[in-house]
Amino acid sequence: MEERDFDIIVVGCGCAGAIAAYVAAKQSKSVLVVERGEFAGAKNMTGGRLYTHSLRAVLEAYADGEVDWDDIPFERKITHERMSLLGTSSAMTVDYTSEAFGREGQESYSVLRATFDQWLFDLAESAGCEMITGIAVESLVKDESGAVIGVKAGDDEITAQVVIIAEGQNSLLTERELGAPRPKTNQMAVGIKEVFALDSDVIGDRFLCQKDEGAAMLFVGDCTHGVVGGGFMYANKESVSLGLVSTISEMEKADTTIYQAMEDFKHHPAVAPIIRGAEMVEHSGHMVAEGGFNMIPRYVYDGALVAGDAAMLCMNLGYMVRGMDLAIASGRFAAETACEAIDNHDVSTKGLSSYQSRLENSFVVKDMKTFKEWPETMERWDSMFSDYPQMVGELFDTMFVVDGTPMKPLGKRMFPIIKRRGLLKLAGEVRRALRAL
Amino acid sequence: MTSFPEIIVNVDELISVNRYEVDEDNAHIELNSQDIDSLDDVEFGKLVRVCPAALYKVDSDGHKSFDYAGCLECGTCRIACEGTIVSKWEQPGPTMGVQYRFG
Repeated sequence: MEERDFDIIVVGCGCAGAIAAYVAAKQSKSVLVVERGEFAGAKNMTGGRLYTHSLRAVLEAYADGEVDWDDIPFERKITHERMSLLGTSSAMTVDYTSEAFGREGQESYSVLRATFDQWLFDLAESAGCEMITGIAVESLVKDESGAVIGVKAGDDEITAQVVIIAEGQNSLLTERELGAPRPKTNQMAVGIKEVFALDSDVIGDRFLCQKDEGAAMLFVGDCTHGVVGGGFMYANKESVSLGLVSTISEMEKADTTIYQAMEDFKHHPAVAPIIRGAEMVEHSGHMVAEGGFNMIPRYVYDGALVAGDAAMLCMNLGYMVRGMDLAIASGRFAAETACEAIDNHDVSTKGLSSYQSRLENSFVVKDMKTFKEWPETMERWDSMFSDYPQMVGELFDTMFVVDGTPMKPLGKRMFPIIKRRGLLKLAGEVRRALRAL
Repeated sequence: MTSFPEIIVNVDELISVNRYEVDEDNAHIELNSQDIDSLDDVEFGKLVRVCPAALYKVDSDGHKSFDYAGCLECGTCRIACEGTIVSKWEQPGPTMGVQYRFG
């Protein structure tokens, strides 16, 4: 094989990139990580919650007991799942807690990326990776056959046997340098988030959680002004993450702006009491791939692999949002594939093809495939984001409101509210949704 | 220009809590024309709605404006309008742009 500066260059030090770098370094490969943030995490944002199974698996396979799980800067262990249907001034919330959420290998934690990604960075660096921060990779270096042989960042060209591209959701290199299609506006959502600083005990009280534990809350309905999307809220150690996600193709024709919707959401009676008196300390934005399995681009090229968000490995099921656990697993698979290919002296698309089988035989692509009908079902189900949450509000109003008017039996009060929406239509839509899930 | 309900939030105030290193010499996002008012109303209206940093604005007189300084680097405007009115979208220069402290 040709002489190169490094065995592997990793573009981006988020979940996929840092884990890829770590796994490759652990297999005694020379690794360079190029991160565009001044520090890892400086450009990253999540809702967000990390399902930890894939991180545990990586550390079990490679850490030799060097990593103490308790040292990982998670925020809170999520022990409550809450889902709310929001009307203009109503909220119907389901709260579920279970001992199963705390079991090893099943736990999830709220995270903040500025702190979490710096831990990832340290993990990769301590394994022997060379790290460059504060500079973006502008383009890929290719040989005369078109195979990727390195990166160009600033004035430097640096070469490697394999480049692992983990550049995140706004995947400029994958599109412009490798020819992946630009995601369509109905496949991508825009996320907006604010972080509110709040005393740790107050957070426990307001989220009804034990010390160091927290809740994950998802909202659907009025929060996005009826646009396809939803709201989220996560309890962190000493802050609360609150935000909205909405499909770009829908938001761009909405009756308001995403930031005004965010402002209104903060004042909704289901949200306002939780952040009352809290200081807003950061206002952030990020995209989220929502097209699911059908939007996964080609991710194996001559000399290059694409991992994490850049490969559109994200799942939004409405009641559950996943991305970081997929990123970690894909970063690991990319590194394992690259190391194997380098050892076999074949880093062509063929030599790197086992990345695809690794992904397809794992939960990453299997889960995305299972739910591949869901993104389109959700996109078409506009009443789920507007009229049904309102209907639920009306149903509960009629159940609970007492004003001295003689009451009709419950069924007679409720039936017209449902009938107005069309019972068959509702039943059909619910059946379609269940089939897609 | 499609009309908007009243925007009561001052987003400039919201993003002022963020940490930025603004690259005054180099705009990492450029639009089709320096004359912002001449840009297509419908396309610009999309950006007004989807940009979480409110970089794209229309004032009460219908005048459009754009300022990349508060950019959160999400790329949403690129997905929405690259090829229509967004003519350039690059990552900001070395160590420039937003620096999330929480993320």
